[in-house]
Amino acid sequence: MRRVCCRAEVCIGCQLCVVWCQVEHSRSRDIIKAFLYEKERPIPRVRVEERGPVSFALQCRHCEEPDCVFACISGALYKKDGVVVHDASKCVGCWSCVLACPYGAIIRDETHGKAWKCDLCAGREEPICVEKCPNEALVVEVGG
Amino acid sequence: MECKYLIIGNSAGGIAAAEAIREVDRTGELIMVSEESSRAYSRALIPYYLAGEIELGKVYYRSEDFYEENDIHAICKKAVTVDFDNKEAEMEDGQRIRYGKLLLATGSTPFIPPMEGLCYHDGEFDKDGVFTFTSLGDAIAIKRRVESGSVEKAVVLGGGRIGLMAAEALMRLGSDVTVIKRSERLLPGVFDETASRMVKRHLKESGLRMLTGHTIKAVVGKRSAECVVLDDGTEIGCDLLIIAAGVRPRVELVRGTSVKVNRGIMVDRRMRTSVEDVYACGDCAEVYDFVHDDFRLTPLWATAYAGGRVAGFNMCGVEKEYQWGTNMNSMHFFGLTVIAAGISAEEDGYEVLKEVEEEKKIYMRIVLREGRVAGMILVNKIDRAGLFMGLMRTGIDVSPFKEELLSADFGLICLPEAVRGAIMG
Repeated sequence: MRRVCCRAEVCIGCQLCVVWCQVEHSRSRDIIKAFLYEKERPIPRVRVEERGPVSFALQCRHCEEPDCVFACISGALYKKDGVVVHDASKCVGCWSCVLACPYGAIIRDETHGKAWKCDLCAGREEPICVEKCPNEALVVEVGG
Repeated sequence: MECKYLIIGNSAGGIAAAEAIREVDRTGELIMVSEESSRAYSRALIPYYLAGEIELGKVYYRSEDFYEENDIHAICKKAVTVDFDNKEAEMEDGQRIRYGKLLLATGSTPFIPPMEGLCYHDGEFDKDGVFTFTSLGDAIAIKRRVESGSVEKAVVLGGGRIGLMAAEALMRLGSDVTVIKRSERLLPGVFDETASRMVKRHLKESGLRMLTGHTIKAVVGKRSAECVVLDDGTEIGCDLLIIAAGVRPRVELVRGTSVKVNRGIMVDRRMRTSVEDVYACGDCAEVYDFVHDDFRLTPLWATAYAGGRVAGFNMCGVEKEYQWGTNMNSMHFFGLTVIAAGISAEEDGYEVLKEVEEEKKIYMRIVLREGRVAGMILVNKIDRAGLFMGLMRTGIDVSPFKEELLSADFGLICLPEAVRGAIMG
């Protein structure tokens, strides 16, 4: 199992993980192009929860026994090599996974009728949010 | 033939069990028997296919090489009897399969209310143009008929999830659709009056004609269904009739055997039936419901999968208990998203937190039982549904922060640190 963990005690709620997640999942993967010129800005796969002085980033926990995978009616969500994978081409936007995920880590893209979630930046050695977190609050946890 | 694991059924529950078995036992001989098709598809996707939202290839639930990759012997035959004493199942062509462990994942069959002028036998109606809507075969046949241009007017009997999704798909294909439903309340037992009223208004605004408080008394037509007659004598002409009046567990394989059946096959928390080495899951079984703390029919894709997984583990010696399911639905009707779970419609004896914006079709209803979330209905504002579901599952006392539940920015951060820690691990 691999997942991104947030050390809430050092998260400053800057939302840079959200910004970089969008960049990484954009067409150009260039922050200026992605935010200025690309027609559609990708949905971030990470949320930052904030209340008073406390904040933390939250993304897919890549659960051992993933409720979202059980609930997925289309087979878009499945588990492979310890990672919960989402095949957007199979997703029909039924939001069964939104109902199932106890972390609220699945984000709805209502425009396209697709669910999105953290893919650990497939293809990158380290997820971009971890790399860019200015206070090193985000770390990759490897376990089980 | 002989195998270590025999699974009868090739849908959510069967596939889940096979996947669980293969996580534990890579090599034990595993046979899956299904009369329907040798490749699993998602029943829940057939409305999407009918509506033209997805092509046929996307209906399949797992990849084409799923069986090969997992060393599963898929047999496309109907199992007709099981000899539980000798641990042997017989196929319609006489083939016998001896098993070590057996999973009954036989699903459900559509319920056809009695109507004059209509006979249903062995999955077939005696009139053309009448269909059920639970299998891919149904969807393909309906689509073919609609696309041949012979359907102007369609009638759907049943205003439940399946009926409404069928109606919506038919409207998208250009048919004029009337839904006939018995109860005034939409999804009784799941929706309260407010949710029912809101969704009904949305259906009406979307152009769906729905006659509530009625049943079909008779189906008229020589070879084809041409007209339905309601209980009050109203006649409605139709070129297509879809019967979506619910499903019944498919239990004929165990009728009259030592496997105990109530409304469905009875299982314990480990999905074991009353007969040793025989398990059941999905629509055919009465499975544990953690909200009600009892066993009941829960014919849903997700609960079938989760139950099948638990069955699979137990079949190969890994003890697991099923505590996952309750009635839980994520639905959409003409673009309106609705989620309901657990004890959602009840009022008396429960504390109910509500936010209603009738005009905007926004509704959040959270039902608390002794300070714990026991159910919910969410219309439009569904993004926090999973968190509520998580609170339901963990059974955490939410009274200290219940005011937060309906707030716009409700999140895990609103939970006391200890609770949050327990959830996030």
